[in-house]
Amino acid sequence: MSDSKTTQGQVLVLQGNEAMVEGAIAAGCRFFAGYPITPATEISEMMAHRLPAVGGTFIQMEDEIASLGAVIGASLAGVKAMTATSGPGFSLMQENIGFACVAEIPCVIVNVMRGGPSTGLPTRVAQGDVMQARWGTHGDHPIIVLAVSTTKECFDITVRAFNLSEKYRTPVIILSDEVVAHTREKIQLSHPEEIEVFDRIKPSMPPEWYIPYEDTPRGVPPMAAFGDGYRYHVTGLIHDVRGFPTERSDEIQAFLTRIHRKIYNNFSDIMMVKEEFTEDAEVLVIAYGSVARSARRAVREARSRGVRAGLIQLVTIWPFPRQVIEPLLRRVKVVLVPELNLGQISREVKRINQGRTRVEKLNRIDGQLITPNEILSRLVKL
Amino acid sequence: MAEITKLIHKYLRHDKKFPHVWCPGCGNGILLGSLIRAIDKIGFEKDDVVLVSGIGCSSRLPVYVDFNTLHTTHGRALTFATGIKLAKPRLQVIVIMGDGDAMSIGGNHFIHAARRNLNLTAIIVNNNVYGMTGGQFSPTTPYGAYTTTSPFGHIEHPFAISELAVTAGASFVARGTVYHTNVLDDIIEKAILKRGFAVVEVISNCHTQYGRKNNMGSAVDMLLWMKKAAVTVEKAKNMTPEELSGRITIGVLVDRDLPVFTQEYQKIREEASKKWATATKFA
Repeated sequence: MSDSKTTQGQVLVLQGNEAMVEGAIAAGCRFFAGYPITPATEISEMMAHRLPAVGGTFIQMEDEIASLGAVIGASLAGVKAMTATSGPGFSLMQENIGFACVAEIPCVIVNVMRGGPSTGLPTRVAQGDVMQARWGTHGDHPIIVLAVSTTKECFDITVRAFNLSEKYRTPVIILSDEVVAHTREKIQLSHPEEIEVFDRIKPSMPPEWYIPYEDTPRGVPPMAAFGDGYRYHVTGLIHDVRGFPTERSDEIQAFLTRIHRKIYNNFSDIMMVKEEFTEDAEVLVIAYGSVARSARRAVREARSRGVRAGLIQLVTIWPFPRQVIEPLLRRVKVVLVPELNLGQISREVKRINQGRTRVEKLNRIDGQLITPNEILSRLVKL
Repeated sequence: MAEITKLIHKYLRHDKKFPHVWCPGCGNGILLGSLIRAIDKIGFEKDDVVLVSGIGCSSRLPVYVDFNTLHTTHGRALTFATGIKLAKPRLQVIVIMGDGDAMSIGGNHFIHAARRNLNLTAIIVNNNVYGMTGGQFSPTTPYGAYTTTSPFGHIEHPFAISELAVTAGASFVARGTVYHTNVLDDIIEKAILKRGFAVVEVISNCHTQYGRKNNMGSAVDMLLWMKKAAVTVEKAKNMTPEELSGRITIGVLVDRDLPVFTQEYQKIREEASKKWATATKFA
């Protein structure tokens, strides 16, 4: 592969959607299946443009269900794979997200959030899918969900999403939103040597010793690709350590406990937040996605006016970064959670707060961004 | 007989997965035998074969066989297979689906897979009913038939699976029955060897759910019904539509050479590489 096929190290003006494509390719993504939907379409278009030149494959499927199906198939055959969609398409994907969880298939799913419910507001910003990302598919399962707020983060967090996905054999969802997706910014793309790329652990034992869903100390069994000499069974049914369907309660319990444990035992590795002025904050803002940018501006402005404000930008949304937020809740006088829904994350903050401190909401559901001034004027009054 | 048994044992996962879930007399076992004989005759390595299935009785087939096996979500088997084939084109991907799985919830995936023409083999077991969920009507249940959800007789008209596959653009379409095992062995072998999307419709019996409700007798009676109803493609050419009504045409219906997706995509890769080699900056 010649360097001209890559964008490594270049300074470019990109929109968030395009930066995600660059991040994915840098992370080793070589398969993309998707279905056009606003405001995620540019990801498909750029993938169609970029993947064939790096030896990858782009395919436009007949719908979003098919897209995630193809992504899971490609990942099982050993290739890092991704899909991107928006609200209604994300709803369609839920069944296969559950499959990827139970069969422990690494893959990355981008949801560029738009207004809902249903077809909703295709060209307007919203953050209404936070809970769908956590609980959209049926049954109890863990999930990793990351949120992006800048074009640079679209690059970096996509790389991180692939790494977490490969490391923990789990689907990782990236929540973007219409504003992040379409904002064009100048960014310096990383050189490959600056990027840490994690590949899934492959089995090293002879095939007859391989137990595909064995409980290892890490809780993440090595994963053989189809065609690599390890023949095993993959199913969406609850399975035993060999991958075969089981209804034995001791095996069901052990399996479901392990897939939860592999995420929660590695909480500190998965959890990522960006803090600003939190050391001495009296007023804490918790925000994510495009709103986090308005919040950052508002917090800085408030500081210059003598308000001891601080910001926590959530990058990892699920599992919820409770360990970081909880100590702050004991200290601050009030928490403000601005978001583009009627309170999906503020509800989670209130849940872990357990009445320790005051939690205020700032919500918009009219398809418009929350501006720095809106947050600032609330901040100074709190 | 002993030779056949030995051959089948070579390919089964005897350590864990038996007895199987199928009812005594079910056609799925006959199909499993045909499939194994065809793969063995072609001479594929076990590692190079991937069996993918959806949800339903026939979709439980892969769990018994010692290949790379994948049991997916209901109706989506072809989409998973698409990803596997694109990621590793050297793998022989064979998809097993039932009529409800492939034609109802998976109907859209089916016609688009045929149109896309990846080098996959799709085997559809057609027993006219949803067996695993207890005998509800499926997209291939005949007009007037009785099922648990058509207790007064079915008022919808069935899909003709093979004809649909031909129209949707499949490269190879064949139909067989679980009675005519020699024909079935032969068309499965041809389908697997075909470059392009190949469909095999296998008429099978669900005496437990469908046959019982429609007074079709035992498993043996249903096999004899297949024997009586079947007519070869060659013979059918000289028959009138009236004569063909209620008959099952068996054999290869369509065999045509069309550009295969992976081949076409390789051209795109080459063109894209050239374009990026001359580009100095990000487009």
